[in-house]
Amino acid sequence: MYSDKVMDHFSNPRNVGEVDGADGTGTVGNPACGDIMKLTIKVENDKITDVKFKTFGCGAAIATSSMVTELVKGKGLAEAENISNNTVAEALDGLPPVKMHCSNLAADALHAAIEDYKKKHAGK
Amino acid sequence: MKKIYFDNNATTPIDPEVFEAMVPFLKDEWGNPSSIHWAARAPRKAVDEGREKVCKLLNCAALELIFTSSGTEGDNHAIRGVAYAKKEKGNHIITTKVEHPAVLNTCKALAKEGFETTYLDVNAEGLLDLDALKAAITPKTILITVMYANNETGVIFPIKEIGEIAKERGVTFHTDAVQAAGKIPIDVQKLNVDLLTISGHKLYAPKGMGALFVKRGVRLVPLITGGHHERNRRGGTENVAGIAAMGKAAEIAIRDMEKEGAQILALRNRLEKGLAEKIPHIKINGAIDRRLPNTSNISFEFVEGESLLLNLDMKGIAASSGSACTSGSLEPSHVMLAMSLSHEMSHGSVRFSLGKMNTVEDIDYLIEIMPPIVERMRSMSPLYAGAK
Repeated sequence: MYSDKVMDHFSNPRNVGEVDGADGTGTVGNPACGDIMKLTIKVENDKITDVKFKTFGCGAAIATSSMVTELVKGKGLAEAENISNNTVAEALDGLPPVKMHCSNLAADALHAAIEDYKKKHAGK
Repeated sequence: MKKIYFDNNATTPIDPEVFEAMVPFLKDEWGNPSSIHWAARAPRKAVDEGREKVCKLLNCAALELIFTSSGTEGDNHAIRGVAYAKKEKGNHIITTKVEHPAVLNTCKALAKEGFETTYLDVNAEGLLDLDALKAAITPKTILITVMYANNETGVIFPIKEIGEIAKERGVTFHTDAVQAAGKIPIDVQKLNVDLLTISGHKLYAPKGMGALFVKRGVRLVPLITGGHHERNRRGGTENVAGIAAMGKAAEIAIRDMEKEGAQILALRNRLEKGLAEKIPHIKINGAIDRRLPNTSNISFEFVEGESLLLNLDMKGIAASSGSACTSGSLEPSHVMLAMSLSHEMSHGSVRFSLGKMNTVEDIDYLIEIMPPIVERMRSMSPLYAGAK
């Protein structure tokens, strides 16, 4: 039911863990729906220089988390903010319909992490 | 790659003996058992013999058994059949929160027709409170429907005692015995049940076959109207090959149940002991000593069930999960939630349901590959950090 790309990211997830001294942290999802994603980012000169994730969730949740870290590493904040959940799903060659709304939260976690970074660094 | 099947509560492989019993009726003996001529003779005999064998498994009379297309049809027939037959007497049904959807959604659908259902709670072990059952009975109660054994946990309900209560209060009693049949002995003479559903493909017969025991004297409105088949209670030309298969499966179950049950129980115990020794933070769901011998439902804390199943599948192991992701909805298993498991633990539950084809090697392979899978998934889980 999953694409080869999803299974690849699920079996060999990229950038698992937490960034040391993260500049921003985003956590989304809840135990009720079965998916929790925590994304940490390191930002230098408005660029995401490092990003890692930890996820409790199904195959789609883990694959989207892994994929979003790959998509944003080295990207500028503005560009990263334009990445949507759909962008992530497309990069994985799609997700099963039932997963599109429940386990496709990785971009939300990214946006929350950027938001957190901006809040912490406002006025600095 | 190895292929190991631990999903026997979903469906069982077809026993080779069962397969052989079907073949004549898919090849040369294709006649309609209701006809009067030569082509009908062997099929008619097969239907009669199949019925006798299934009746022996349940200890009922031939005229008390209706062949159906599935367990779901049997449940629908029993519940709707009684509800419609007794609607002048009352409109109240009692069931439990942990029934199979075939029962739950039938009761829910009947709500639109004016029937009311009480859904009884279970405790953390998945057990019923019989006093709550007694208290729920009203003068309007026409049916109690409680499963024999739970498909997710294997927890066995006290059917005989529930039957006694129903009998005492004059309420018709149905049990969905789909998971119990063939795994533990069932004797309807001793159980005080009025109706009992079984399914073929959970006991090594093919899909598309089921049977419903209807005690003599119990009035039932037919679900499928048609010809005179099944003594006017279920229309449709008999599935002759399916009935022959189910008869053979019942015969094999009677012959092998005791020996196989003990074997499977030993395997299940080995599995649970092995995993518990090697993996911290796991919980076996359901009353430990009141379960079917073949079923093990285990929550692996901090990880989600579907991702465990995908990992197991990559290693050739087939199992199932109470995770929302495998139920096609956003909610995890209603059985786990009814047992007051947290959402995380419900999402992290995996069911291993063993069968007669499983071996010690299968179990040891699982015990070998499962710990690194759980450890890897936990290392990725944001919930695990604090628990180490």
